[in-house]
Amino acid sequence: MHEVIWHGRGGQGVVIAAQILAESAYLQGFKGVTSAPTFGPERRGAPLIAFTRISDTPIRTFAQIEKADIAVVLDQSLLSVVDVLGTLKPRGLLLINTPQKPEEVAVKGCLNIATVDATAIALRFHLLKEGAPMVNTPMLGVLSRASGLVSPEYMEKGLKWKMTGTAAATNIAALRAAYEETNMKKLS
Amino acid sequence: MSHAEIMTGNQAAAWGAKLSKVQVISAYPITPSTPITETISQWVERGEFKTEYIRVESEHSVMTVCVSASTVGARTFTATCSHGLLYMHEQLHWAAGSRLPIVMACVNRAVGAPWSIFNDQQDSIAQRDTGWIQIYCRDNQEILDSIIQAYRIAEQVYCPVMVCFDGFILSHTMMPVEIPDAEAVCRFLPPYQPHTILKPETPRNINPVIFPWQRRDAEGVLRDGYMDMRWKLQHALEGSRAAIVETGRAYAEAFGRDHGGMLWTYRTEDAEVLIAGMGSLATEATTAADILRDEGIRAGVVGVRVYRPFPREEIREAFKNAPAICVFEKNISYGYEGALSADIKAALYGAGIRTPIHNFIAGLGGRDVKARELAEAVRSSLSAIAAGTSERQTWLNCVTE
Repeated sequence: MHEVIWHGRGGQGVVIAAQILAESAYLQGFKGVTSAPTFGPERRGAPLIAFTRISDTPIRTFAQIEKADIAVVLDQSLLSVVDVLGTLKPRGLLLINTPQKPEEVAVKGCLNIATVDATAIALRFHLLKEGAPMVNTPMLGVLSRASGLVSPEYMEKGLKWKMTGTAAATNIAALRAAYEETNMKKLS
Repeated sequence: MSHAEIMTGNQAAAWGAKLSKVQVISAYPITPSTPITETISQWVERGEFKTEYIRVESEHSVMTVCVSASTVGARTFTATCSHGLLYMHEQLHWAAGSRLPIVMACVNRAVGAPWSIFNDQQDSIAQRDTGWIQIYCRDNQEILDSIIQAYRIAEQVYCPVMVCFDGFILSHTMMPVEIPDAEAVCRFLPPYQPHTILKPETPRNINPVIFPWQRRDAEGVLRDGYMDMRWKLQHALEGSRAAIVETGRAYAEAFGRDHGGMLWTYRTEDAEVLIAGMGSLATEATTAADILRDEGIRAGVVGVRVYRPFPREEIREAFKNAPAICVFEKNISYGYEGALSADIKAALYGAGIRTPIHNFIAGLGGRDVKARELAEAVRSSLSAIAAGTSERQTWLNCVTE
């Protein structure tokens, strides 16, 4: 089973991203997928987490993920607020929205890091919601590239489940751009 | 054509009501059940679901609307939880006493004080003695399927049914759910044909004050007193087992999914310890059983699907060879023990089974329960049972000093 934990702030589309990943993985053929928000009320701007589980067989666990295989950070400022590495397996994959290269990121003790400037990509494609750049779909592109778990083709199909028309086209373009612009560091 | 979609437990419940062609819905919003009625009201607004949606000012009125609608022959649905369910309590008795086949989705949530919006099963367990059938679902597919089944059961035995599932854990978690073909559901669940309908042309006084003894009516017919009518409710609940099991079988035949009738089992054949539970906690326990078996401990799971009527015979059969039993549950009968544990012990007494039973109170107010923790708890119980402790109550992951 592959466990993904999403770290973001309320209003960034964390829950939607977790859902699109689940849908994409299911369309690609994984029999078991779940996506769950942090159980409780949501507050705009507050740190929050969401979960996606992906498995070849139906999933029989609904508990919160302790140590994920992949941690996705939508907001770099969370790295100094939340113990993100504490939610990741020792050899897990860390994906960060940042203009920095993986080797420049101030994270000690993580072997696999991929970065992308998702905020710049969101601005480039005018992915804005109430004035704020929506970085969730670019981060799906990074996840696809760095993990290889779900192909960009199925990510696009998953995206179309949540949006249609121009919105879908713009988000797909941003997802593709993030896929291409992903910076990876693998020390393992 | 049936097709699969990724959806939350709340969406699955809404689909269950839609496919059951419910005619009257009344509801009052309460977290975490609100998305059920939001989903339905959107369908109604868009004309995708032809049903009478009645908005009222409280859950108490919700259930009076359901009682009235059901009395005039409509297939009726509502959804609530926690304080909303408690506020309905009086009318829950009224619905069951009137023998009305109302179906409700109960999205299990803790009750105050102090306030909690998070999951446990104290709310529905507290309604145990109202005369409603209670089904506990282990995943979102079972929620959709159980609501359809609930109408077929309710309309056969004239008892209301509560379809319970864990708040947030299932209600807000998305997973693949097969949506059955609408016409196939119609064949499985034909329109409701009540034995009597209250109509303006034939006015009647229903449920007036009744005397303790039997009495002859104006035509000289000997009529039931209160106690005789209440025995009929008990008899109907006891007798509903056959309808529940038959409905489960027929559903499996029609749609290829068997959720078990009264209870289900997982890897129990050669088990040296059996874990019992209801709802998503029982699902988590199946993962715990896998962990234990990987370590060489032969664990199995008995999931109690229907809590009322209680599966007395099925429990005796499932536990008759178990050397040890651990009951995990998200409720507490204050001053005694978990309601499920007490009921399992009572059922085994009649069969002369004296297996050690350890009771774990877990996950109250949404406290996370992990499969790893369930496995650890079972291991600790096995050591204690080997040392001679046949009865024990433990509050899992809880400060008890």
